[in-house]
Amino acid sequence: MTKNKAKHEPLFHVVRRTSMPAWQSISIRALSILAAFLVCCLILLIAYQCDPITFISSLFNGVFGTERRIWLFLYDLAILLGISLALVPAFKMKFWNIGADGQTLIGGLGCVAVMHYLGGVLPDAGVIAISLVVSILAGGIWGLIPAFFKARFKTNETLFTLMMNYIAIQLVSFFINTWVSSGTGVLKPIDTGNLPTIGGNTYLLTIILVAILLVFMSVYLRYSKHGFELSLVGENENTARYAGINVRKVIIRTMLLSGVICGVMGFLMVSGYTHTISTSLVNGRGFTGVIVTWLSGFNPLYMVLTSVLFVFLSRGTSQVITNLGITNSAIQNIVIGIFYFCIIGFEFFIRYQVLFTKNGSKRNSSLVKGLEVKAESKEA
Amino acid sequence: MENAIELKNITKRFGTKVVANKNVNLTLRKGEILSLLGENGSGKTTLMNMIAGIYYPDSGSIYVNGEEAVIKSPRDAFSYKIGMIHQHFKLVDIFSAAENIILGLKERYNLNKVNKMVKDIANRYGFDIDPKKKVYEMSVSEKQTVEIIKVLYRGADILILDEPTAVLTPQEIAKLFTILKSMKKDGKSIIIITHKLNEVLEISDRVSILRKGKYIGTLDTDKTNESQLTEMMVGKKVDLEIDRFHTSFDELLLEVKDLSVLGTENHRAIKHINFDLRAGEILGVAGITGCGQKELCEAIVGLHPIKSGDIIHKGQSIANLTPRQIIDKGIAMSFIPEDRLGMGLAPSFSITDNMMLKTYNEGKLPFVDRKKARAEAINLIKELDIVTPSTEIAVKKLSGGNVQKVLVGREISAGPNVIITAYPVRGLDINSSYLIYNILNKQKAKGVGVLFVGEDLDVMLSLCDRIMVLCHGKMMGIVDATKTTKEELGMMMTGKEKISDDISGKETQNDQK
Repeated sequence: MTKNKAKHEPLFHVVRRTSMPAWQSISIRALSILAAFLVCCLILLIAYQCDPITFISSLFNGVFGTERRIWLFLYDLAILLGISLALVPAFKMKFWNIGADGQTLIGGLGCVAVMHYLGGVLPDAGVIAISLVVSILAGGIWGLIPAFFKARFKTNETLFTLMMNYIAIQLVSFFINTWVSSGTGVLKPIDTGNLPTIGGNTYLLTIILVAILLVFMSVYLRYSKHGFELSLVGENENTARYAGINVRKVIIRTMLLSGVICGVMGFLMVSGYTHTISTSLVNGRGFTGVIVTWLSGFNPLYMVLTSVLFVFLSRGTSQVITNLGITNSAIQNIVIGIFYFCIIGFEFFIRYQVLFTKNGSKRNSSLVKGLEVKAESKEA
Repeated sequence: MENAIELKNITKRFGTKVVANKNVNLTLRKGEILSLLGENGSGKTTLMNMIAGIYYPDSGSIYVNGEEAVIKSPRDAFSYKIGMIHQHFKLVDIFSAAENIILGLKERYNLNKVNKMVKDIANRYGFDIDPKKKVYEMSVSEKQTVEIIKVLYRGADILILDEPTAVLTPQEIAKLFTILKSMKKDGKSIIIITHKLNEVLEISDRVSILRKGKYIGTLDTDKTNESQLTEMMVGKKVDLEIDRFHTSFDELLLEVKDLSVLGTENHRAIKHINFDLRAGEILGVAGITGCGQKELCEAIVGLHPIKSGDIIHKGQSIANLTPRQIIDKGIAMSFIPEDRLGMGLAPSFSITDNMMLKTYNEGKLPFVDRKKARAEAINLIKELDIVTPSTEIAVKKLSGGNVQKVLVGREISAGPNVIITAYPVRGLDINSSYLIYNILNKQKAKGVGVLFVGEDLDVMLSLCDRIMVLCHGKMMGIVDATKTTKEELGMMMTGKEKISDDISGKETQNDQK
């Protein structure tokens, strides 16, 4: 009997944490980034004989090496953060909008269309104003359609928003084919009706606008009545109805906001920087934004930190492969993947703790003692 | 004579903080009925789950028939002839009784043989069962019968029943107790988990008491009484009297006229109900689970659409208005729903944010007034002794009693003239329950009309002025709580028309005068 019993004793227990001091969770997160760096160094060392110092230095060089690179870093950061900020109200409402790619792209398409047809016909200011309105409308509609179906018929918003991405991509291809008569299939940048630069700096205006958006969204979510309503709908629809909230209205209003901000981001990208459009304008930022939003626990200020990390990695790694002369760009995704894996994986240690059972005859009692010590230290 | 089960120093923890059981000792003698008494959260079910093989103790040992036993799974438990009937039934709806009974057994599928054996067991102990009936066609008490026979079929000599009476009517309880007694005569040993004192005294030979996961003691039932048991269960003396008084308000607050409401599956959940609620009274609503109480409450407060009929608040129809429209009409109606964290409160919101759940929209600014809500939260914490580290903690982290205090406190502080409340003490300990009764009584004294959907008939009989009984969405009648009995209510709950004279609200009022 006792032998049988010993066999059954588990070696360790996984226990959900009730709380954790801030310094501990911060150091666990720092540790996860450190671990990711170590694994990446190891892989590059084995695969490309690249020593860790070269790897890390080219990573930083790629991001901060020149003034232009710093501006590009900040600009990329602003775009990713802007799209993530568009997602966060929807996510807080537990509306899984994974269609930010499409909503941004369709906003960009609206802007390009106005520039294409009215550029040079109207004064620049008029073109800019009209293209902003059209972008807002386009993004808003792209957000509104799945929201309407969700609110009215309870359709699954994840699939719906995802499919809307492909419609946006196909529309962009269609219009490029219509506008470009030659066989290149590339729409040349349109130089009329562009957003002005600030002192010759193309990036600054976008960066400032996203900074304003950041403040707005933080306040909107935390202090406004709308913010209260949408988090209540996300928390529990029944509670929201109990509190007298019109759930359908809130779903539609919030997704409209989400889509409109995406549309504005599309406008900023096209009118402020690319001046043209291709199907890869947004380049998956709508999906990266999902991770940024989730990892920061829907807190706009933490979202700055997570987007810094992701933009740093994507810009840094592209410099790494250039410096090392690696033609296989898969390594870039591998590095980013390792970081995702470590950061998300280490969350386990923030949420749970592992308690080991000691070997020997007093297995039971040692586990209990360990637990008691833990419990007492918690209470103290 | 050796003991059927002996537990020695059993400890079980969940996570690092929660000690569900701490060094518990317990003895079940052969051929006795032992009650396991304790408040909600005192660790009764956890302890029994360790005997039934659902959990494994962190430390301590279990002896079955004098030998140390290792029970790693329910299958192990059956090999020791131990069977547990859980509070929430674990049956397959689309299977028949017989199919459910042999489910999981490694024997030849021979329904004729099974049917015969089931009949044998039923005859021996006095069960009523049709082995061919499908589970989805069964009433709660029939399902329970299937669960018990399932355990007996597997040859159990030791039976554990987790709160078996919680879902039954008084008549069904009496029948169950007869069966338990005949099983005891047959030599079975039985543990029955409960927190109802009268049942403990009625059915069991001995009673063991747990409090906050600790073993307090065991008493012979014939040498104890309710107040001693309560004291052991709660840890201090508790006054179990509920004060009922008559008020002299005579205002008609709420009239429900020929109300019909469709349930979720489009069947009629409430059928042509008529009643009224007056100022300064508590009107009880009794009925077995799912007889339309939930739909009735939600229809009144505007959370459930109405099929036909009318609801009138002080002469103003509120039928089919949304909660917001009702608030905007200036009607102060509070609703304490049965699902606290699923409807009445937002579990991951702070106490402060929960305070402004219904009032966040006040004021012209686009911002919420958290300062005012925080002040209200501080007030409430002081007034109702809510145990919490701060106003900013998520309500889901509070204990059940404190959660309910937040909900009830908020609803009361809105100054309502009608309170609709469904199972307001479900899952609460005795102290919190009596605090809630007191709060409701105070509101009644102030002239508030209270609609009280309850499940404990003893409490309803001593708290309510009148009791309305529902059965399958039909109103079976309204009886005077001072003149009726538990048995009469039980009969009405299962569909028999009222026996004593039906009384309307007007007549009660005249009686009181």
